[in-house]
Amino acid sequence: MNFQDFVFYSLACVVVIAALGVITLRNPVHSALLLVLAFVTSSGLWLLLEAEFLAIALVLVYVGAVMVLFLFVVMMLDINLDRMREGFWKWFSFGAILALIMTSEMGMVLMSKQFGSDNLEIPVPKSVDYSNTRELGRLLYTDYVYAFELAAVILLVAMVAAIAITLRYRTDKKSSNASKQVAVTRESRLKVLSMPAERKE
Amino acid sequence: MDNLQPIFEQLFGNEWGGPLFLLVKNLLLIFAIIVPLLLAVAYLTFAERKIIAYMQVRVGPNRVTFFSIPWLRGWGQPIADAVKAVMKEIIIPTGANKFLFLIAPVLSIGPALAAWAVVPFSPELVLADINAGLLYILAMTSLGVYGVIIAGWASNSKYAFLGAMRSAAQVVSYELAMGFALVCVLMMSSSLNLGDIVTGQKGDSFLNWYLIPLFPMFLIYFISGVAETNRAPFDVAEGESEIVAGFHVDYSGMAFTVFFLAEYANMILVATLTSIMFLGGWLPLVDIAPLNLIPGMVWLLMKIAFMLFFFLWFRATFPRYRYDQIMRLGWKIFIPITLVWIVLLGIVMQLPESVLQSFPLNLWFN
Repeated sequence: MNFQDFVFYSLACVVVIAALGVITLRNPVHSALLLVLAFVTSSGLWLLLEAEFLAIALVLVYVGAVMVLFLFVVMMLDINLDRMREGFWKWFSFGAILALIMTSEMGMVLMSKQFGSDNLEIPVPKSVDYSNTRELGRLLYTDYVYAFELAAVILLVAMVAAIAITLRYRTDKKSSNASKQVAVTRESRLKVLSMPAERKE
Repeated sequence: MDNLQPIFEQLFGNEWGGPLFLLVKNLLLIFAIIVPLLLAVAYLTFAERKIIAYMQVRVGPNRVTFFSIPWLRGWGQPIADAVKAVMKEIIIPTGANKFLFLIAPVLSIGPALAAWAVVPFSPELVLADINAGLLYILAMTSLGVYGVIIAGWASNSKYAFLGAMRSAAQVVSYELAMGFALVCVLMMSSSLNLGDIVTGQKGDSFLNWYLIPLFPMFLIYFISGVAETNRAPFDVAEGESEIVAGFHVDYSGMAFTVFFLAEYANMILVATLTSIMFLGGWLPLVDIAPLNLIPGMVWLLMKIAFMLFFFLWFRATFPRYRYDQIMRLGWKIFIPITLVWIVLLGIVMQLPESVLQSFPLNLWFN
C-alpha cells in the first residue's frame, strides 16, 4: 500500500460512513450536514483522479450554494420526527422495489462490456501544465455545444417556472419603488395652473 | 530544504519517504504563512480601532504598552485582548447542540485560512501554484458561510438563528456577482492561475492593470467582498441594534474570538485578492528605477493595506443597509451589470487583431 492508496481508502471510508449517516440519522439537519461531508470527501477522491475542475466545481456548486440553501430550508421547517416515521412500514415495500430496480439498472450498466476493467485503458498521468479546465471548456463549447445549450435552456425554463409559481402581485401592500422614485419628474408631481386673477368685490 | 528529501527516503523507504517529506515541508510552509497572517489579523483590529477613533475625533486604545515604553502606548492592546479571550470561560447554552456548537467556529476559520494556499506573494513565493487557483479561491470563500449557519442553528436561540438565515441568503446572493466579476478577470488573462493573472497585468505602469478595463467589475468585486465578509454596511448578520449580535450571540471567550479572527482573516483575503486581480499584485506602480527596486512583496503588502483601509473607512462612514436593499443591490444591480460586462468583454476580445493592437486596447489584450 503506497501513500495514494492510503489517502484513497481513508477518503472512501469517510464517504461511505457519511452517506450511511445521511439516510439513517433522525435529525434532518444532521443528515444534510453529513451530505456536505460526503460531497467534500468525494471531491477529494476526484482530486486523486486529477480531475481538479470537477472536484472544485463540486465543492463550489453543491457545497457552496445548493447545500446552503438546502440547510436553509431544512432548518426553517418545523419537522415532527414522530409523524415523519409513521408511514415507514407502509411505504417500505414500494421503496424496496424501487431501490432494487435502480441498483440492478446501475449494475447492468456498470458491469456491461464497455465499463469492464479490461476494456478501459489505464489512464496516463498528465504533465503538470496540463489544464483540466481548459480541455473541458474546449470540448463543452465545440463538440458538445448543443447538449450544453439544451441543458442551459432546461435550467432556464425551470427557473422561470419557479419564479412564475411564487410570483404574486399584491395590491394592498405599501412599499417604495426605487426606480419610480428616481424617475419622477417635476411635471408628474406639480402642476402649475394659470387662473385668471380674481377681482376684488 | 529539498536536500532533506533523501534523509526521509532512507528513514521511511522510497514509497513513503517522498510523500511524507512533502507533508512535513508543506506543514512548515503553512506555518510560515499563517503565523504572520494571524499577527496581521491582531494588528488589523488595532488599526481598525485607531483609524475609526481618529475618524470620530477620539483617540482609541492608548493604554497597553510593551515594557512601559511610552511611545508604544496602545500597541499592546491586541495581545492583551488575545490573553483576555483565552482566559475566559466558553459557555455552552443548555439545549445547544454541543458538537456543532463547538465545530462552527472551526468551520468558519478553516476556509478563511485554506484559501491562502494559492495566493502568490511574489513571482516565486506561492505555496501551491495550481492551475485552478481562481476556482479554488471561489470554492473556499463559499465554504465560509457554513460556520455562520451552523453556529446560528446549534445555539438554539432565535436571535442567532435569524442572524444565520440573513447571512446565508446574503452570502449566496453576493457570491454570484463575485463569481461573474471573476469570470471577466479570467477572460482577460485567459488563465485561472493567480500568478498568471498578475503576469498578464505586467507592463510599463499601472495603466496595464485590470483595474482600468474592468473598473465596474473591480467595484462589484470589492463591494461583494465586503458583503461576503459580513462587514459594515452589510453586517445584518450581526445587526447589534436589531438581533443583539446575530449568529454569535451565544458564543463567549475563545469560541467567539475564532469567529472574530475568521472575519478579519477574510477581510485580508478579499483585500489581497482584489490587489492580485485588479491592482497588479506584486507589480510596481510604474516600472522605473526607484520604484521597481522595491521587492514585489512590499508592493503587494502596500496594496493590501490600501484596500483594507477602505473596509475600515466604510465601517466609519455608512449606516447599515436595510435587508431588502441588500438583496436589491445584489440581484437587481450587480448581477445585470456583470452579465452585460461579460458580453461586452467577449465582443471586444473578438475584434480583429489590427484593432486590438491599437492604443489603448494593446495595453491589455496582447
